[in-house]
Amino acid sequence: MTHLTNFEIFLLFTIVKIAVVLVITLTAVAYTVLLERKVLGRLQNRWGPSRVGPFGLLQPLVDGLKLFLKEDMMPLAVERPLFILAPIIALGCALVSIAVVPFGAVTMVHGVDLFQIANLNIGLLVILGVTSIGVYGIALSGWSSNNKYSLFGSLRATAQMISYELALGLSLVGVVLRAGSLSLRDIVASQSAHGAISWNIFGGFQFVAFFIYLMAAYAETNRSPFDLSEAESELVAGYHTEYSSMKFAMFFMAEYANMITVACVATLLFFGGASSPFGHLFDSIGSGLILSGLFSIAWFVAKVFTFLLLYIWVRGTLPRFRYDQLMGFGWKFLLPVAMVNILATALALSYHR
Amino acid sequence: MQIALFIIFGLLAVAGALNLLFQRHPINSALSLVVVMMSLAVLYWSLGAEFLAAAQVIVYAGAIMVLFIFVVMLLNAGEEDRTHGSKIAYIAGIPGAAAIVCLLSYVFLSNRQQLGTTQLGGYLSSSVSNISEISHTLFTSLLLPFEVTSILILVAILGAVVLARKEL
Repeated sequence: MTHLTNFEIFLLFTIVKIAVVLVITLTAVAYTVLLERKVLGRLQNRWGPSRVGPFGLLQPLVDGLKLFLKEDMMPLAVERPLFILAPIIALGCALVSIAVVPFGAVTMVHGVDLFQIANLNIGLLVILGVTSIGVYGIALSGWSSNNKYSLFGSLRATAQMISYELALGLSLVGVVLRAGSLSLRDIVASQSAHGAISWNIFGGFQFVAFFIYLMAAYAETNRSPFDLSEAESELVAGYHTEYSSMKFAMFFMAEYANMITVACVATLLFFGGASSPFGHLFDSIGSGLILSGLFSIAWFVAKVFTFLLLYIWVRGTLPRFRYDQLMGFGWKFLLPVAMVNILATALALSYHR
Repeated sequence: MQIALFIIFGLLAVAGALNLLFQRHPINSALSLVVVMMSLAVLYWSLGAEFLAAAQVIVYAGAIMVLFIFVVMLLNAGEEDRTHGSKIAYIAGIPGAAAIVCLLSYVFLSNRQQLGTTQLGGYLSSSVSNISEISHTLFTSLLLPFEVTSILILVAILGAVVLARKEL
């Protein structure tokens, strides 16, 4: 590697990182779908997919193949360019925000951080910004389909996402105040001192913020109990009623990729990211570069997995909200509580300094 | 690298702005405006103003333009007719626009020494965080304008609530 310049090394590493993270994310998306179907099946006292491969483990592959091979229907009355553009925007935005997520402990090889694609000093804002651009995918899909159910679904989803974005953003301010930085690495570093008791949710007293974030995140990703945009009993399928084949699959993948992003952010901001809950207690066991990197990734994946399970559990348990209840909950409850949380955190911080 | 980014996104911004004018459907125009705003955000970022870039994306592209598109979608505005426009637009508008462009470029070029130069991407690697500098300025030397602006926005919010409520 000596004959390469620093820039070439950086470029090579970055391309490899992007490819690896993309493949892992898409595989994780496919298997989250399987996990959801399996767990939901068990919650509802049935088996879930169990025919393809051992325990139905090959089901995502077959599903993907089916969606690839299906006929790509293009209804006559759609607004063609926007109809095609909408799923691309949705999936693109869902995948881009993974780029700033640090997956493991800082592991520098040739001056490149192995476990994060881009360490930006406004990483958190980038995630929020990309999420707010992702709204266009849903808004445009509903409008360009030229179908009243699609339009209603997309209007509901868009209004819901814009409303809950405020509560979501405000719930994160307390964490940012504590870390004094918007860089995700710094936020993780600010919680890694003493293991679980210095995580923001426990030691940082940000549990109110965490619950606001959790609710707002369910609404942001249009998941149950806030999945009014695809309420089957009223809207056929919501904003993707007219979509078929790969274009539908892109919306589907975007939804699950968003779930994973939101789980990653919750892990990073409230649960110490890739740091171990035992702090530096067992540092002597995984002392090597490879071992410590693997351990940190394992912790991160375990935390994200817990959040995904929580998502599925909530979907299997709670009924859907009514639309006015949803809006009232967002604006009249979550938003004021988030503001009070910011004030309390700021006061506590200024008192301690 | 930064020059390439600057050229690409500068051209994209200009192309988006032209597309905004030439498109006949309002939703296409609104989407071109989104493209313009996103490319402007990239330009801000390449000049080292990363917070401004993020705010541009979140506030303008993510919130305000979504509302624009919402309104266009709900009103179901159709394609607009191409008209020849008024004579005044041709007689006064085009020379006027050209004159303004000439005047601005003359002022900028003649005052190049006083305006100084900037470094593309030169401030990105600095150790001082852009955000802490902005917040420090906002809460010390610009505190009064900042608070007055927030009160103005609060008044606007209350006004919107009063207007939107049917019974008081």
